[in-house]
Amino acid sequence: MIAWTIYISFIGVLVLMLLPRRFSGAARVIALLTALVGFAFALEGAMHYRPGSGLQTVTTKDWIPSLGIRFDLAVDGISLTLLLLTGIAAVVGILFSWNIKNREKEFFAFYLVLIGGVYGVFLSFDLFLLFVFYEIAIIPKYFLISIWGSTNKEYGAMKLALYSFVGSAMVLLGMVAAYIVAGAHTFNLVELAQYQFPVSFQKWAFPLVFVGFAILAGLWPFHTWAPTGHVAAPTAASMLLAGVVMKLGAYGALRVAMTLFPAGLAAWQHLIALLAVIGIVYGATVALVQRDFKFVIGYSSVSHMGFVLLGLMTLTQVGMSGAVLQMFSHGIIAGLLFAVVGRMVYDRTHTRELAVLQGMNLHRLLPYAAFTFVVAGMASMGLPGFSGFVAELQVLIGAWHSFPAYALLAGLGIVIGVAYTLRVIQKAFFGDHPVSPSPSAHPLEAISIPERLGAAILMATTVLIGLYPRLLLDLIIPSFNAPWMQALVKGGRA
Amino acid sequence: MSWISSNLWLIPVLPLLASAVLAVTKQPHRRFAAALAIGSMALACLLSWDAFLTTLHAPAHGGIWRDFHNFRWFQMGDQWLWLGWLLDPLTAVMLVMVSTVGLLIFIYSVGYMEQDANFTRFFCFLALFGSAMLGLVMANSLLLLFICWELVGLTSYLLIGFWYHKPSAAAAATKAFITTRIGDVCFFLGILWLYGQSGTLLFYDHGRGCLEATALTSMVTQTTISGMAISTAIGLLIFCGAVGKSGQVPLHVWLPDAMEGPTPVSALIHAATMVAAGVFLVARVFPLLNASSGGGAEVSGALTVVAWVGSITAVFAACIAVAQTDIKRILAYSTVSQLGYMMLALGVGGYAAGVFHLITHAFFKALLFLGAGSVIHGCHEEQDIRRMGGLRKYMPATFATYAIGMMALAGVPVFFSGFWSKDDILHSAFAWPVSKGPFFLGLIGAFLTAFYMTRQVCYVFYGDYRSAHGNKRQNKMPHESPAVMTTPLKILAAGAILLGLLGTPAWPWFQDFLTGQHATFRFGQLFEGEVLGLMLLSTLMVAGGIGLGWWLYGLKPATKAEAADPLERVQPAVFGLLREKFRVDEIYAATVIKGTFRLGEICSWFERTVCEGCIRVVTYVALGFSWLNRFADEYVVNLGFDTSCRNLRQSAGLLSSLQDGQVQNYLRVIGVAMAILVLLLVWGGGL
Repeated sequence: MIAWTIYISFIGVLVLMLLPRRFSGAARVIALLTALVGFAFALEGAMHYRPGSGLQTVTTKDWIPSLGIRFDLAVDGISLTLLLLTGIAAVVGILFSWNIKNREKEFFAFYLVLIGGVYGVFLSFDLFLLFVFYEIAIIPKYFLISIWGSTNKEYGAMKLALYSFVGSAMVLLGMVAAYIVAGAHTFNLVELAQYQFPVSFQKWAFPLVFVGFAILAGLWPFHTWAPTGHVAAPTAASMLLAGVVMKLGAYGALRVAMTLFPAGLAAWQHLIALLAVIGIVYGATVALVQRDFKFVIGYSSVSHMGFVLLGLMTLTQVGMSGAVLQMFSHGIIAGLLFAVVGRMVYDRTHTRELAVLQGMNLHRLLPYAAFTFVVAGMASMGLPGFSGFVAELQVLIGAWHSFPAYALLAGLGIVIGVAYTLRVIQKAFFGDHPVSPSPSAHPLEAISIPERLGAAILMATTVLIGLYPRLLLDLIIPSFNAPWMQALVKGGRA
Repeated sequence: MSWISSNLWLIPVLPLLASAVLAVTKQPHRRFAAALAIGSMALACLLSWDAFLTTLHAPAHGGIWRDFHNFRWFQMGDQWLWLGWLLDPLTAVMLVMVSTVGLLIFIYSVGYMEQDANFTRFFCFLALFGSAMLGLVMANSLLLLFICWELVGLTSYLLIGFWYHKPSAAAAATKAFITTRIGDVCFFLGILWLYGQSGTLLFYDHGRGCLEATALTSMVTQTTISGMAISTAIGLLIFCGAVGKSGQVPLHVWLPDAMEGPTPVSALIHAATMVAAGVFLVARVFPLLNASSGGGAEVSGALTVVAWVGSITAVFAACIAVAQTDIKRILAYSTVSQLGYMMLALGVGGYAAGVFHLITHAFFKALLFLGAGSVIHGCHEEQDIRRMGGLRKYMPATFATYAIGMMALAGVPVFFSGFWSKDDILHSAFAWPVSKGPFFLGLIGAFLTAFYMTRQVCYVFYGDYRSAHGNKRQNKMPHESPAVMTTPLKILAAGAILLGLLGTPAWPWFQDFLTGQHATFRFGQLFEGEVLGLMLLSTLMVAGGIGLGWWLYGLKPATKAEAADPLERVQPAVFGLLREKFRVDEIYAATVIKGTFRLGEICSWFERTVCEGCIRVVTYVALGFSWLNRFADEYVVNLGFDTSCRNLRQSAGLLSSLQDGQVQNYLRVIGVAMAILVLLLVWGGGL
C-alpha cells in the first residue's frame, strides 16, 4: 500500500496536466487532495509497520533483468519517519502556496513531481532506482525556483542545479563502481551491504558517495547552494528544499554511503564530523550577521543540518537515531520558519530587509505571524518541549561518547543559535520604533485560513514529537538493529 | 507511600493547565484570567502543604526520608531514558516556598497590572512560570530538572520583555536569555558527561541513581585532565548552569537589567524563586559536588570553587548596590549578593544553612520587591530614589512592611529571619577548614548590605518628597496602594519575621528537618563554642553599616533630587566606578559580543569571497572553455561547412521544440538519457 505514496503523486501530476486551462483554479485543490492521500498512505504504512520486523518489502519486480536492476521498494523505521515528514511537508507546502496565481497548473505539477520523487527515494532499496528517483526530485526544483522564485532567482536556481548534478555525478560514479567491484550483478542495497568491499576501495568510494549526497544535506563547505537557493525559492519550494530535499542528502549518505562502505566511513569519520561541527558554528555565526530575514533562516538550516551529520558520524546508536529524529524535526521547524518568512511576511510586505521590517512593528499588523515565528524560533533554538530538543539531546549524547571536543563546539553553536534567533525575532516583529498613529496606511492582508491551518499542523507536530518522541523513536531505533545495518553500527570494526 | 507522593505531578500540572487555557483566552476576560491563575496556584499551594506535612510526619529512621516515582520517557540507543519526581525534605520546603510566595505575588499582580492591556497574557505567562518552577523543584531526574530549568528561563524571557515596546525591556530580555543560556550549555554538557559516565540521569533509583553511592564512587575514583576527579569536573559544569541562573560573577550582568520587567515578575522570578533555582540545583546535586576521594574528611575541589564564587559575588554585588539610584536595581544587586551568600554556604558545606537562607531570603526579598512596586505605583512610575523621599508619611503600610524587609535583609539581630540565616552561614564559613577568606568576605558583605539598605530607606522614606511633579494641586502626591497589594505585603512581612524562629541555634528545627535528624530544643546551644561570639561580631557589622548609613543619609536627608550623593563627594572616582557597575557590561560588549559579531562577519566575508569566488572561477573557466569552442566552431569548423551549419540550426530548432514546458517530455528525455547512460556504462564496464 505504501508504494501508492509514489503512484498517487504521479497520478496527481497526470491529472493536473490533463486539466483544461479554464479549470486551472482547481489545480491547488487537486494538489492538496493528492498530497493528503499520499500522507494518508504514509501514515497507514507507519501504523501497520511492526517495529521489530526490520525491513519490510513492499514490492519487488524485475525492471532491467540483464543488469540485475529491480523495482525494489521496501520500508524500515527510518524510511517511514522520512515518508511521514514528506507527507506532512507536502500537505503544508500546498496550504502555503494557496495564493499562487501564476501558471498554477505547472507549479503544482512540478511540486508533485518533486514529492513523488522524494517518496521514491525514501522507498527504494535498489540503488539504481533510488538514483532515478533522486534525479526526478532534483529537476523540478530548478523550475520551481527559476519560474516562481524571487531575488536573483536564475542564479539561485542554476547554482542549486549545478551543485545537485555535481553531487549526482559523484554518487553515480561511486554506485557504478560498487556494482562492478561487488560483481554480484545486483543493485539491491541489502545484498550490496552484505558484500565486504576491499578496504582500499572503500577509502575512496566512501567520500565520493558520501560527499555526493551530503552536498544536498548542506555539508560545509559545500553548503553555499542552500542559502541562495532557499532565498530565491518561492515559499513552498523553500519549505520543501529545507524540509525534505536536504533530508534526501542526509538519507542517501546514511543509507548508501555509510551502509555500503563502513570501513571507508571509519577512515573518514573524524574529518566529516569536524566538517559537521564547523557547519554548526559557521552557519550560526553567519546567520547572526545577516541583514536579510530569509538568509538568516537559510544559514540556520546549514547549522541544524550540521547536527544531523554530526549525529550520523558518532556511529553510536543513540547519535544516529538522534540524527534521524533531527532530520524529521528540522524538516518541520525549518518548514515553519520559511512559511512565516516567505508567505506570511514577504508576500505581504514585499521586503525581507530586517532594517525595514524593524520599522513596521509587524507584531501589531500580523500578530499570528509573530506568534508562529516566536514558537518556531523557540523550537529552532532547541528548547525542551519541542522536537529539536530531544533530537539534539541524542545527537549530543552520541557526540559526547565519540568526540567530546566536538560536543563542546556544538554547544557554542547552540548559544549563538539563541543569539541569532532572538535577534531576528526582535528585529523582524518587535521593532523598537514607536507605533505610527495610522498603521492602516498600508493595511496588510490578514493571515488566511490555509496559512493558519498549515502553521498549526507544523507547530502541533513539533510539540507532539517533543513531548512524546516515542512516536517516531519506536520506529527508528529497531531499524538500526537490523542485521544488514550491523556493520554500520559497529563502525566498520566488524 | 502516600497519596500525595504518588500524585505529586498534579502540583505543576494544575498551573500548566491554567496557562494553557489562558493562552487561548481573549484579552477582555480579565477576571476569569486572574481567577483561574490564582485558583490553580492556590490548589497547587494546598497540595504543596500537604506534601510538606506528609514529609514532616514521615518515619525518619536512619537518614533522609525520600519517596520517588520514575517513568520511562523514550528509548535512547539501547537504554530507556527515565524521568521521575521526588519528594524529600528539600523538595517539600521548596514546594511550599514557591507555591506560597507565588500565590501571594499572583494576588498582588491583580492590583499592580490592573491597567495593563495584556492582563490575560501576563497571567498566562505567570501560571506557566509557576508550573515550570514547581516542576523544577520536584524533578527526580537531572534531565527533567533541565527541561523545567529551560522553561523557567523562557518564561523569564517572556516576562522581562513583557513591555516589549520599551527598547530597554526588549534588550534586557534578550540579554537575560543569552547570558543564562551560556551557563545552560555548560550545564547541558555536564548532563551529557554524567549520562556517559553513569548511564542514568535519575537522582535516586533504588541504588542505581546518579547521586547514590555506587555511581558516585565510580566517578570519584576516575580522573580526567590534570588529575581532576570526574565527579568534580561534572559538578563544575553543572555549577556553571547555576552561575548563569543565579546571577553569580561573571554571569551576573543580566539580573539587574531584568528589572525592566513588571515588578511582580521581579519579585517572583528575579528575587524569590527562579534565581534561587541555581542555589537549589547546587543543593540538589550536593552529594555529587561533595564527593571526594578522601571520604568525608577532604574538601572537594568543586565545592571550593562554589564557595569562592559565592563569596566574591556576595561582596562584588554589594559594592555595586551602594552606588545605584534605581530602587529596583539596588534590590537586584542585593539579590545577586544574597545568592552569593547562599552559594558560599553550600560551598563551605553548610548545606542546611544555604537552603535556610534561600527560604528566608525568598520571603523578605519578595516583600522588598513588592514594597518597591507599591512605592513605584504610589509615585506614578518613578523608580529613581533621588526623586522620592518622605514616603513614610504618605504610605504608612508600605513603609512599615518595607522596614521589616529591610531589617531582615540587613540582618538586624534576634527578631528578623535574615539575621538567623545569615548567622548560620557565617558560622559554617568560620568552620571551613580550607580558608577563612569566605568568612571575612561574608562579614564585609554583611556590613555593606546593612549600609546600602539604610541608604535606600533613608532616600525613599525619609526627608521630603523631592519629585519634580510633587504638586498637591495636581493631585500628583504619592498615595498608598490598594489592599490587594498591601495584604500580601503584610503576610510576607509576618513570614520575614517568624521564619527565623525555625532555624535558631537553640532550636535548629529547619536544618535538622533537611538533614533528616530529629530537632531538639536546647537553649544552651546558643552559648556553646563560638556561636555567641560570631553573633556579636555580625551584629557589630550590621550596626556599623546601619549607623554609617544613617549618619551619611538619615541625619541630613537630601533636599534636592540633583544633590550629589554624600559618598560621591568623598570619593568621586570610586563612587563613579561603582555606579557604572565596575564597567563589566562595557568590557563584555567590547570583547565577547564584539568578538562574536566579528566572527560572524569574517565567516560571512569568507562566504561571499572564498566560497562564491571558487564558484565564479569554476563558472568562468567553464564559460571560457565554451567560448573557445564557439570561436573554434565559427572560424575554424564552420568556414567550409555552411550547409552543415544550416542543418545544425534546424536541429537546434528541433531541440528547442523539446523545451515546451511539458513535464512528461522532460521526464521522457531524462528516462531515455538515463537508459543510454546505463547502457554505455555497462558496455564500457566490460560485462
